[in-house]
Amino acid sequence: MAEIKNYTLNFGPQHPAAHGVLRLVMELDGEVVEKADPHIGLLHRGTEKLFEYKTYLQCLPYFDRFDYVSMMANEHAYVLAVEKLLGITPPERAQYIRVMYAELTRILNHCLWLGAVALDIGAMTVFLYCFREREDIFDFYEEVSGARMHAAYFRPGGVAKDLPEGLLEKIKAFTERFPGYVDEYETLLTENRIWKQRNVDIAVVEPEAALDWGFSGPMIRGSDIPWDLRKKQPYEVYDKLDFEIPVGVTGDCYDRYLVRVEEMRQSNHIIRQCVDWLEKNPGPVKIDDYKLTNPPRAEMKSDMEALIHHFKYFAEGFHVPEGEVYAAVEHPKGEFGVYLISDGSNKPYRMKVRAAGFPHLQALDYMTRGHMVADVVAILGTQDIVFGEIDR
Amino acid sequence: MSMIKRAFKTWLLWELLVGLALTGRYLFKKKITVEYPEERTPLSPRFRGLHALRRYESGEERCIACKLCEVVCPALAIVIESEEREDGTRRTTRYDIDMTKCIYCGFCQEACPVDAIVETQEFEYATETREELYYTKDMLLANGDRYEAQIAANLAADAKYC
Repeated sequence: MAEIKNYTLNFGPQHPAAHGVLRLVMELDGEVVEKADPHIGLLHRGTEKLFEYKTYLQCLPYFDRFDYVSMMANEHAYVLAVEKLLGITPPERAQYIRVMYAELTRILNHCLWLGAVALDIGAMTVFLYCFREREDIFDFYEEVSGARMHAAYFRPGGVAKDLPEGLLEKIKAFTERFPGYVDEYETLLTENRIWKQRNVDIAVVEPEAALDWGFSGPMIRGSDIPWDLRKKQPYEVYDKLDFEIPVGVTGDCYDRYLVRVEEMRQSNHIIRQCVDWLEKNPGPVKIDDYKLTNPPRAEMKSDMEALIHHFKYFAEGFHVPEGEVYAAVEHPKGEFGVYLISDGSNKPYRMKVRAAGFPHLQALDYMTRGHMVADVVAILGTQDIVFGEIDR
Repeated sequence: MSMIKRAFKTWLLWELLVGLALTGRYLFKKKITVEYPEERTPLSPRFRGLHALRRYESGEERCIACKLCEVVCPALAIVIESEEREDGTRRTTRYDIDMTKCIYCGFCQEACPVDAIVETQEFEYATETREELYYTKDMLLANGDRYEAQIAANLAADAKYC
């Protein structure tokens, strides 16, 4: 009798469905996956080490480049960590602006996720529709920060600049039309039999397993655990806002899809509340301690002391008191945390970034085992993997 | 009744037809595509594109070689050397920006105390070789001369937020 051997297949790193640079070595029995071994590190840039040579201000733009589809959410975790160690609270308007942009970022991320997953599974149209909405959000990014993706907009102690005139009306108009767009995505996908065949009962994660693997974000909420840092450990102004946490029932890919779609609607609702608040409450967007932020430009040009502060802020940066701190935000992909150790100097002693996608990718083997090769694409998609943050 | 309805919908490919109707409607709607090289979307005054070194109206270069941009640059893309000029003022003898290193964070513009280094709205400067992306002082000053009207308008538009 002939010996039957498993077949080893190399999936990626150049495979278009591998979401970036994932190299997946799969052992197959026919078309059934026996083992999936993700090989990571192809996008490793050594950012965590780099931080040790950058001042606290200079670290900031690098956070945009971790999860490069939800830029401001990464910055948010960083500024929260630095502020926690400095013991400062930014003005309320800055907090609302940050929350509004964090939620816009969530829509940005979920739109890309939905478009990419649908494209992987074979639905082209959703991808085009999602990118239409992403374009709108990129315009909001550009108006406020000057860059369409890598914003560098949040700063320890507030945000870089106030919102330009007319932007809030545009965001308001967006929140009014966006639920209609989500309905369109749902029309194309939710009841679609092909979408259901590819997603229902694929990669079922039991609640216990989700906890064991350290899931967070939509991955754990898809498994019927209502864990959301915005509710469980409210940061910024989330405790003043009204929103719901959607959870799945069975924990399969289809539930995680439904959770993310509902999250888009909830984010839209939060953005709307922030816009209403911001319209009524003008005010400062940075703390006025010029040891920690730069003084206004006009003041810098006429006032000697402000000029000194300006030079000190940009050249030496600010010193953060000695200590250790962990700050996490509910990133669109899960819990994105920054563990910062300061030795009292103007540069971080060590900064560890907890990427949301890393524990999810760990569970890839568990989730794909026993599924078909074609399902691996759907499972990779449902995990919302981005290599910028996993490889760091 | 619901079973009959469900069977009806299943056999008629109902949800596929509904989806098709949605995409069909878009076929006849006004298109949102921007035909890029001919058409352009508006850019914000804060847009961060190609760098430029500005001059005063008298033609004197603004940069005073304080090197704050060099120091703040997270990517170490700026290199400055300076010397005293014949008239006794401190000026740069070398001002290079390596566009292959630059991450376009805009910190140089924020840091500059005399509004000398700015990022323009220009983003179409792709080149065939890497060498052409190493911008020298002359190239940056030429950029400044070329885009001065646009730069001044954008700085004025954004001045009240800085």
